[in-house]
Formats: sequence, C-alpha cells, structure tokens
Amino acid sequence: MIGHARRRVDARGKVTGQTIYADDISLPRMAYCKLLRSPHPHARIRSIDTSRALAHPGVYLVLTGKDLPIKYGILPVSQDETPLCVDRVRHVGDPVAAVIAREELTAADALELIEVDYEILPTIADPEEALANPEPRIHDYSEEGNIHKRVAFEFGDVDKGFAEADEIFEDTFFFQGNTHLPMEQHASVAVRDREGKLTLYTSTQTPHYLHRALSKVLEMPAGHIRVVATPCGGGFGGKSDPFNHEFVVSKAALMLGRPVKISLTREEVFYCHRGRHPMLMKFRTGVKKDGTITAMHLQNVIDGGAYGSYGVASTFYGGTLQTTTYHIPKYRYQGARFFTNKPPCGPKRGHGTPQPRFGQEVQIDKIAEKLKIDPAELRLRIAVKPNELTANFLQLGTVGLEQCIRRVVAISGWKDKFRKLPEGRGVGLACSCYLTGAGLSIYWNAMPHSGIQLKLDRSGCVTLFAGTTEIGQGSDDVLAAMVAEVLGIKTFDIRVYSGDTDLGPVDLGSYSSRVTLMAGNAAIQAAERAKAMMAEAVADKLEVPKERLRFADSAVFDAAAPEKRVTFVEAICLAEARFGTIGTVGSYTPPKFPAAKYKGGGVGTSPAYTFSATVVEVDVDTATGLVRVAKLWNTHDLGRALNPVLARGQVEGSIYMGLGEALMEEQDYRRLPSRLSHALVHKFPSMLDYKTITSLDMPEIVTEFIEGPDARGPFGAKECGQGPLLPVMPAVANAIYDAVGVRIDEVPMTPEKIVRALAEKKAGRAPRYGPDHFPEMSWGEPLRVPPPWDGGDGRAINEPPRQPKPSREKEKVLTP
Amino acid sequence: MMRLPLFDYRTPRTVAEAAQILDGEGPEAMVIAGGTDLLPNMKRRQQTPRTLVSLRRIEGLSGAHLDHSASQLGSCLTLAEIAEDPRFRNGCSALWQAASMVATPHIRNMATLGGNICLDTRCMFYDQSYEWRQAINFCKKKDGETCWVANSSPRCMAVSSTDTGPALMALGARVILHSARGEREVTLADLYNNDGREYLTRRPDEIVSDIRLGPLHGWRSTYWKLRRRGSFDFPVLSVAAAARFSHDGVVEEARIVVGSAASRPLVAEEAARSLLNRRLEPEVIEEATTLAARLAKPLDNTDFDMSWRKKVTSQFVTYALRELRGDDMRAERTRVMHSQADGVS
Repeated sequence: MIGHARRRVDARGKVTGQTIYADDISLPRMAYCKLLRSPHPHARIRSIDTSRALAHPGVYLVLTGKDLPIKYGILPVSQDETPLCVDRVRHVGDPVAAVIAREELTAADALELIEVDYEILPTIADPEEALANPEPRIHDYSEEGNIHKRVAFEFGDVDKGFAEADEIFEDTFFFQGNTHLPMEQHASVAVRDREGKLTLYTSTQTPHYLHRALSKVLEMPAGHIRVVATPCGGGFGGKSDPFNHEFVVSKAALMLGRPVKISLTREEVFYCHRGRHPMLMKFRTGVKKDGTITAMHLQNVIDGGAYGSYGVASTFYGGTLQTTTYHIPKYRYQGARFFTNKPPCGPKRGHGTPQPRFGQEVQIDKIAEKLKIDPAELRLRIAVKPNELTANFLQLGTVGLEQCIRRVVAISGWKDKFRKLPEGRGVGLACSCYLTGAGLSIYWNAMPHSGIQLKLDRSGCVTLFAGTTEIGQGSDDVLAAMVAEVLGIKTFDIRVYSGDTDLGPVDLGSYSSRVTLMAGNAAIQAAERAKAMMAEAVADKLEVPKERLRFADSAVFDAAAPEKRVTFVEAICLAEARFGTIGTVGSYTPPKFPAAKYKGGGVGTSPAYTFSATVVEVDVDTATGLVRVAKLWNTHDLGRALNPVLARGQVEGSIYMGLGEALMEEQDYRRLPSRLSHALVHKFPSMLDYKTITSLDMPEIVTEFIEGPDARGPFGAKECGQGPLLPVMPAVANAIYDAVGVRIDEVPMTPEKIVRALAEKKAGRAPRYGPDHFPEMSWGEPLRVPPPWDGGDGRAINEPPRQPKPSREKEKVLTP
Repeated sequence: MMRLPLFDYRTPRTVAEAAQILDGEGPEAMVIAGGTDLLPNMKRRQQTPRTLVSLRRIEGLSGAHLDHSASQLGSCLTLAEIAEDPRFRNGCSALWQAASMVATPHIRNMATLGGNICLDTRCMFYDQSYEWRQAINFCKKKDGETCWVANSSPRCMAVSSTDTGPALMALGARVILHSARGEREVTLADLYNNDGREYLTRRPDEIVSDIRLGPLHGWRSTYWKLRRRGSFDFPVLSVAAAARFSHDGVVEEARIVVGSAASRPLVAEEAARSLLNRRLEPEVIEEATTLAARLAKPLDNTDFDMSWRKKVTSQFVTYALRELRGDDMRAERTRVMHSQADGVS
C-alpha cells in the first residue's frame, strides 16, 4: 500500500459524479436562504425595516443581527464577528439580513424589500490610511487605533550582527493579496432533526471549530449539534473559518423546523475571502563576503481587512519561518496587522509565509549576484542542518534542503542555463520550508489534536471513523492506506467515515498540513491495537508465537511457515470470539516543544518540517513584457510519499496556484472619485475577471521527491500540500531577472510592471519595479530572546510593557 | 448561484416568424442564439427582457457557403463550427483565428457568429452583479448617470469586445438585417456605433441573418488578440489585418482594424492606405504601425493597465503586418497569446 501509486478510495464517486457536495443536497420541505449584503464599505446601521419582505408571498422568515447577537471568531482572541451585522457594516458584502423563502428566487426578490437606514462612515483602504486615521476605529478592541495586532521579537543582538557584516542589503517588497478560488462555492444545509437537535451539512475544512462556534452563538449544547463536513470541492484555507451563512441557516432551521439551504454565489465567496494578506515588507540582511548571514531584520506591514479571522496567527507567520531555511544567527521581526474596510484576510495555502518567503528568496538572489556566487551554491553554503535549533527556537528534524537544491540543479540543467540563455529567456531558483501541522491548537487545551476509531466485525469490513475533512487532498485515502498497510488488507476493504462530529472522534481540521501526520499517526495506533488483538487470537488458533505472525495479502500467517494461515476475515472472527466486539481507538498529540519558552514561541513549532527547491524557466517578450513560463522543476523533501500519485497532485496543484499568484492573481479593490462616491469595492469578484491561470498557461512540470523518512511522520511522511507553492513566486521573479535583467519586487509580476522596469533600465536608472517607500511607525519594544548559541534557554530576558488587552470573553461550556 | 429572472421563451421556425414576434413584442423582446453573452447578462440583471426569441430552431441560419468570389455565412454558425472547418482556416484565416480564440471550447460550442458580432460592449463597472453595481450607484451604461471610466464623458465608454467583428471587417464583410419591414444590407463597419450604450445601428426588431464576404482570392489575413490567459478571456486589444498582394509582394488592397480599443472596432484607414503599392519592408510596417496605433485610446475599464495596452497596440500591428508579409510568427504567437492558432492564408 504505502509508497505505491494507487487509485484513491473516493475517486470513483468523484469521476462518476456520485459524490454529494453540500449544494447537491435537497431535502423534503427545504427552504432557501439569501443574505442581504451591505453596499457600503463602512456604515452604522440606524434601523432595518423587514416588514415588506416578511409580507412577500413565499417568505417564511427574515432574520437580522439582533436575532443572533453573540460574537464568534476562529481565534479566541478575535471574537469579532456576528452572523448578521448588528450595528455596523465594515466592508461591501458584510451581511445585514437574511430572507428564508420557499424558492431561492423568491428569497432574492424579497431582499430588495428590506429597507436599511445607514449612516455612512469614513473608510480605510490600506494600512497606510489606517496609520494616518486611527479614528474611526473599525473595531474597538484593536491594539491601538486601527492597528489590530503588533508582534516584535529580537533573537540576539541584531545591531551587532549588522556591524559584523561585510555588506548590508536592504530591500522592500510588496505581495498583493489573492484569494483561494475553490471550484466549489460555499454551501450549507441545516436540519432540525426528529429529536429537535441540529444537523448542519456544510462545505468546511474545520467542522470541530465550527461545532464550538455554533454552540456558542446558538446557545445550544455542542452535544445537540452535529456538523457534517460534506466532501469539499477545494478549500485551500478558504473554508477554515466559521462563516456567517452557517449560523444563519442553522438558526432558521431551528426556528422553522424545516431544512434550510444556502448556496453562495461566486461573488459572495469573494466577500467571505480569508485569503492571502497583502504584505509590505522591508528586509535588511547583513552578510559576510562568503555569503554567511550575520543578521536579518524584517518589518512587515499587513493588510488584514475588516475582521480578525486567523490574522493574529498570520502576523506571527509573517516572520516566524524566516530562520528555517538558512542559518540566521541574529534575527529581529516586527509585524503589524491593520484593520481596513475590505473583506477579511486569513489563511491561504502557506498561511502568512509565502509573502516573506518571496522577499527573502529574491533578496538572496540579489545577494548572490552582488557577491558573485552562484545562487544555488550560496544557498548550499548557508542551508540549515538536520536537527538544528533555530535562532527563534524552532526545533528542526529531518532536513532535505541540500538534496533538494542539488537535485533541482541537476535535473533542470541549471549550470548550463543560469546567466547563459539568450536575452528574453531565463532561469530562477528559490527554496522554502513549511510545517507539517501546527504544534498548537487554536484554543488552549490538553486533549489530542486527532483521533481515530476503528470497528472490525465478522463481515470482514474495517470501518474507519475520523474527524478529518476530505477537501480533495486525499485524506480519506491516506488514512485508509495506513490502516490497510498495518492490517495487510486493501484500501477498498476499508470504509471511511470522516468529517462528521457525531460519528468520528475530534480532529482539529484540514489546515496547516496536519492531517496526514497527526490523524495518520492516530490511525496507525488504532490499527496496531486491532492488529494486536487479532494476533493474540490467531496465535492461539495456529499455535504459533504471536511475534511470528505476519499480516499481508488479506491473511494472517506464520512468517516461518506461511502455509499456517487464516484469512483476514477468519482472524477478525477469532478476535471477536475472544474479546467481544472489536473496536479500537488511536489519538495523536504533538510532542511538547520545550525549546521555545517565550510568549509567542508556540507559533511555527511543528512535529516536522518540509523543504522545497524550484527552478523556473521563463520566456519574456521584451517588447510587451508578457511572460510565458516554459518549464518548471520542483524537488520536495516530504519524508516519504505515501501515495505518489496523490503527492504529485499536491505538488502540481501547489505549483499551479503559485504560478497564478506569481503572474496575475490580485484580490484588488477600487475607490471612485471621492467627490462623487464613497464606494470601496472589489474590482472583479468573478471567475472571469479575477485572473488565475488556466491549463493552457501551465508549463511542463518535473517533480522529484526527496525521500528520507522522518521518525515523527507516519511511515516517515511529512507534508506536501503547501510547501511546494512557496518557492514558485520568488523563482519566477529570479527567472525574469535572468531573462531580461530587471527586478520585479512585487507580486503579481505583470507585463506592465516588467515593461516599466525595462524602461527604467533603458533610462539608466535602477532596473526595478517595486515599492519605493516604507511607512514610519512605532513597533513597540521587542521581546528579547537570546538564541541558543548565545546561551539562550528559550526564555525572554525582558518583559516589554503589556499592551492593553481586550477583555477576553469567557468561553461558555455548555453541557446537555 | 445567480438565478435568471423569469421570461417567456419563443421558438419560431422561420426568420419571418421571428421578425413578426419581435415586431409584436416591441423592445422588451430580445433575440437569443447561443445565449453565452445574454444569459450571464440576464443573471446580472444587465438585460431583463420579457420575451426571448430563439433563433435555434430556424433552419438555414447555420449554413456556410464559401467561394473565392463571394461567400455567405449564416449568423447561427457556431464559433466551434468555424474553428473546426478547414475552409475557414485556408480561406479567411483572420476569421478562423478570431473564432478559435473566443472564450473556451464549451462556449464556442454554443456561441454563434451573429451573437459574437453583436456582443454587448464590456466594462469593469458594468459587467458586475446588480448588487455590485448598486454599491457604485450604477453607471451610464445601465441604470445610472455617471460614466465611472471618464466622469465627464457625455457617452458610455464601454468597450467593444467582439473577436470576430474586427476580423470580418478586415475581410470586408457585410451583414443582412431582417425585420418585419423587410431586409437591408449594410457593411459590418456600419453596423457599429462608437457609443458603449448604443453600440449597434441594428434596431431592436432586426435580426442579423447572414454575413456576406466579397472575393477572397489573393487575400491574406491575420488576427492578433491581447488577453491575459490562453483561454476564457475577452480581447482587451486586437488587431485584424488583411491585404491582397501582387505576385511579387506588392500590396494592392489592405484593411487594418483595431478592436477592443473603443466602443466599436476602429478602421485604421490611413494606415492601410499607407501600405498601398508598397512591399511590407520594415520602414513601411513602421509607418503603418504609427498611424494605426494612434487610433487606440484605451481607458481604465478592462483588464491590464491602459497605457500599457496603448503601447502593445503598436507591437501587435507590427506583429500582424509581419505575419501578413510571410514571417514565421509562431514563437511570438505562443509567447504573447499562448495560442497555437497560427498560419496565414
């Protein structure tokens, strides 16, 4: 099973169209919900008159903010959303009312009959406006003015590090926001069942967190709520928050006693957003002549949008993993997230790390050029080593970065191409590192992060109950494969039930590349426990020591005398006769991370880290600046490929997404002339005009896995769904430089920017396009933590003045 | 999902019957062929016709009679039929290239030639849902007063986004319009109006039934389309060029049309005239390029930056004329259009 290319367990349903997505669900007496969304970017709600809508024929119910006043948010520190806005709207698309009607079209018609009296408020479009306008505050709980959250760390004496440098490089980069664009729009169906309890079928990546939020907002015991995560048509982080519509249909179903469905339009999905944060970054890096880094200082100005979402975590991730690819002895990170009147940003594939990785990898390319060192050679010189403890106390395990670089250089023909191709053609290299599962849960608790239950019975069927969410990444298949490997059966002998809070044990969700490692280890534990029971029963029957038994080919046999055997089904029957009904459980809690003891040190910890290297070859039309990606090579250290077909799919999907971000994707907004309008709208909330690449724009991809099993991974496996995206954008930038000699320090790298940089070059100015200034602001005193090589023990040596904290709402725990 | 508003659907069997229905229903009726332009617009409430008059059941609107001396194309020919027909590839490659590059294979299977030449003009402030347009208080093209692209403009500045229109104009096409009052024939150039709102001279009761082409013998033509991606996208600039050469390469007749740079396809008459009785030497191409590119005044209402689109116009005219001359432009086509639709004839 493990390591072999196999058809995934859910493939048949998907290719034959039998898979039931949330929007496919249709139930008797089902009503439809539509949301009235704010046309204003920032306004106070004076009053809402719903009487005409309620009187409209076919309308069952109209809800407004006062029907659902309790706040929620994915992070305990950012409980700043309500299902429907109570007294304020904060971006165009913020929902203010809901109509539930017999037909979807009726509900839509009735929305126009709702009268909302708004008082227009000034708007904030970006962090610099937020800095200049502390009032009006978009949220009262922000740290200061419209600064949502600041983080500041200093690991070692950075100024001393810069003093030791032969050269100091300072570069400013901008990474535009972009969105997930899953094929499946969010949809939900809520049902009040026969017992009066609630079931919510919904396209989510995090049923467990949603479950908790529903319990809080609906004031219902969690045990009376069942969340079923339907097979998800793509998530990429965009379905990791609890969403407005999920609470609204739940409330409506409870009130009406009818199933209530909502299917968002594509435009509404753009308003749900939670995508990549726009980041303006200043990198200052000191190096010795041989390329050794002496110090790095990163400042990051982060555009958060209108709500908290995962933003506090994103602010940490905006600088935390800078130390995990190259040895950085002294490091200072200052990040600040701002509230703006735009849909909220959140986690998208790579969560907070692709933006600073872009800046870092482009800067490394500039450093290599200045020092006249081949960029691959420079990276090899400074690459982190296995088991390194970084300056910020992240404990690395297996590190395949060197092999990744060596192999990608070999397979791409790098040495014959770099700085040797004709004008207009070029290659670029970049590397990255990513987590295999966040070390901490988003809410503090001492319980497992993943659990698995197995049921085996005399039919021979092995049933696997998991709390995990199949979002297309193949988690059902990977879990089945691991159990099948342990028990010596085939994946098709296993039935997987996942994503159902009633049926499966708790799993934190499909985010942070955690499922294969965490749920996988739990699955192996459960399977080993079942195997042990069967082995004991079979050993008695065959009269052989149980240590000699082997489980393979759907049989259990004596390794010394393979003819002494029972079938797998017989083995279950023997175990069932001996022990009674066979059910086992497994669970996984990440190891404690004792190194980082400072506050905030938990962010970035992970059981295992993966590494990637990418070479991109581009063709740039010098007259128009249009770029075609000719070919791309990726090497990825994933520990072990459990199912190489799935792993390759994850890598190629990451590259596809990365190329879209590199070349064209923009979650961009527009203002109109202020004398005529206060509008602040998404420029193009549609799949036609939000540009992402198509299959025709995809280059040939060569993927190679660097395999070296990691002891913490199930069968040695680490993640492969996010890491391979990270080097794509900087590799494209570096390739454009190799092709036409201009630096594009901004993502996306559009032809307009390339033409402008070419014009600068022609005029004899700096051949560059990118941000030309960086805002002045107070970052606060950093938390000082001496790195391991300066005798640090992971504790801070100072205590910066505490920021005024918002009073954290006490979490209500309700029991049935 | 976005839902269509309610409407009546009529399926006449003849052009005359269709014309009668349109006459009876008045301007609240609209013609539908493939529906790939109209139906998304209806979902966005850009058009909310009470009655749709379908041309799909009318026989005789899908024929293609091609001849060196005179050709007639039915308005309900699908773009896929044109893209797959070698007669177009060999006889009028600009049309073949333009049809092949419209949207996606799925859309080309439904979309028709008549529909594409009558395509609604497009604008970033207009091709949005009703709710989005509400958030900007609408615009001059539909339900509002202000043109958000050019605030003081007396007219709507939405962009002509047809691919086949410029290609057919370069080939000298004429169109037949049917109504209850009879039939008239106009040049395709005369079908268009440089006004984003009133962009066609076609009356609401008229049906485009056929497209006529003059002699194709000795003509070479080509179509260049600027778009972000190798599929899906409407043109945000296009250049169609056609010329008749003498046996030794001297231009005897020429037409250059710049598309998606105004509310109608623009005929670059002066540029085309500058080519006459000359071979397409580099300096001749440069002169024509300067003259043609002068016409394009792109605005900030499509994909890409407007000043960059202006710059690309001259590049595309150069590429098109070099291709007409016989240069192998496949590498440039792949690089700038991600397109394999090549070959000039």
